[in-house]
Amino acid sequence: MEKVSIATIGKYRNLIIGSMLSLLFLSAALISFLWTPFDVTEIDITNKLKTPDQIYWLGTDHFGRDILSMIMVGARTSIAVALVAVGIGIVIGTPLGLLSASRKGGWIDEFIMRGNDLVFAFPSLVIAILITAVFGAGALNAIIAIGIFNIPVFARITRGAALSIWEKEFILAARVAGKSTTRISYEHILPNVMNLLIVQGTIQFSLGILAEAGLSYVGLGAQPPMPSWGRMLADAQTMVSFAPHLALIPGTAIILTVLGLNLMGDGMRDIFDPKLRNTRA
Amino acid sequence: MLRYTLKRLISLVISLIIASFVIFFVIEIAPGDPASFMLGINAQPETLAALKEELGLNIPKHERYLSWVAGMLSGDFGMSYTYRTPINQMIADRMWVSLPLAVYALLISTLLAFPVGIYAATNRGKGGDITIMGATQLGIAVPNFWFAMIMVLIFAINLRWFSAGGFPGWEKGFFLCLKSLTLPALSLALPQAAILSRVMRSSLLDVLSEDYIRTARAKGLNKRQSLWRHALRNAMIPVLTIIGLQFAFLMAGSIIIEQVFFLPGLGRLVFQAISQRDLIVVESVVMILVFSVIIVNFIVDLSYAAVDPRLRNRV
Repeated sequence: MEKVSIATIGKYRNLIIGSMLSLLFLSAALISFLWTPFDVTEIDITNKLKTPDQIYWLGTDHFGRDILSMIMVGARTSIAVALVAVGIGIVIGTPLGLLSASRKGGWIDEFIMRGNDLVFAFPSLVIAILITAVFGAGALNAIIAIGIFNIPVFARITRGAALSIWEKEFILAARVAGKSTTRISYEHILPNVMNLLIVQGTIQFSLGILAEAGLSYVGLGAQPPMPSWGRMLADAQTMVSFAPHLALIPGTAIILTVLGLNLMGDGMRDIFDPKLRNTRA
Repeated sequence: MLRYTLKRLISLVISLIIASFVIFFVIEIAPGDPASFMLGINAQPETLAALKEELGLNIPKHERYLSWVAGMLSGDFGMSYTYRTPINQMIADRMWVSLPLAVYALLISTLLAFPVGIYAATNRGKGGDITIMGATQLGIAVPNFWFAMIMVLIFAINLRWFSAGGFPGWEKGFFLCLKSLTLPALSLALPQAAILSRVMRSSLLDVLSEDYIRTARAKGLNKRQSLWRHALRNAMIPVLTIIGLQFAFLMAGSIIIEQVFFLPGLGRLVFQAISQRDLIVVESVVMILVFSVIIVNFIVDLSYAAVDPRLRNRV
């Protein structure tokens, strides 16, 4: 086993900082199921717009609700929306990418890739607008909108990586052994693109958190009384001049979570593919 | 190149047709018809029937789709259900806010990202590079609408250099408008600039490690000459792609930023239309947004092929 030294920690710096930040918010979300300092729906006008103090660690909003409790429950919304949206992208996108790569140049490949291009033309915000116009706003619509946007992302990245693996000799060996393309895709190609999918999954997760915040901010995502970081920012907007902490705290929560996930993704990429270290975008 | 252009053009047309089809029919499955929404629950059946007739809601769906598409091709998007004004006029008015905002933001993002990315790549591993990489990592994590609020707090409320929102209209003077678009454009641009400078840096680093750069150095060019004459041009290919993608993103992203600054752009229009169930306006604005993304992607593909001839054979 590698001895833990300053150098090792330096090497895994991104991964360590990133995982710690991500864990912080994940545990905040999980703990909120069991306990929050105050009830998030409890209105206490006498204690409204308090700046952080010993009782209200992160202050209170214009209804006197505890901001720390709202951040904890809001983390739940953000993480759930982003996680399910990434799940949709992986579950639908990856098989499409595998199928496309296994039929390279054929009409199925062409069909899937053109379909991908088409979905790419609909930014998640535009999908959300369409869905909201039809079914009304809500967290579920945000999940669907971000999820649909994730499908071509995973399909493309899987196809790209799978294509280069199809050229490898061990695939030829599997073919000679009489395995079908579908079996090869699942038994040999998929495990080899898994690392890439995990890294991309982390990145899409962080983008999902940003997208969910944006959608909730404009009122297309989570609806009250469900606390969400984007909604907290929307509420804060008119009060930013006299209660800046209302905007600063949820904003910082979003930034730290996204930063944590991105660093984690970078850190994992460094480990899976050390060649890319320091050159990646 | 001609064959490539033609093939991409056909694919562009097919994409547009399918996109219009998807948008129209997604909106069509919306529960409740606009006429009953406009008249409320106490409407007389005759009045409702008359309004439906007037709005053209009695015509079969496929005919309505065809007339919508035919209308758009001739620049006629139909009438807004709520305002009873031509939609193309409404969109054109708003476009004069949203489009300049996106272009302004793209300009800021590019002008920032190029020098920053080049500096980081040529000083790889040094203090400046590490600081820039850290700052860009943070920049990517910042939601642009939050950044916009913070800018309003600092530059509009505290320093009073800019107004906190609103748009005077182009007839009031170019610089006045530019000023009112500056904070929105900056808030859209900075997170994008963070991404772009990282792409610029990594693309340049890739090129700088190529053999032909070593050859250029060996034949006597100094670092600066080899960078400007050979490396930058080749590093531009991925950067151009990202710029194209960013423009599409900025068009959509401006919808959110318009909410922060109360700008009368496409975003405000579409959100008002959603709340008033003015679905034909939603349909048209979404189509315009998707159209602009598809067109920009088409232009990126073509410029890509123009720069790198190998790509022309890979359709």
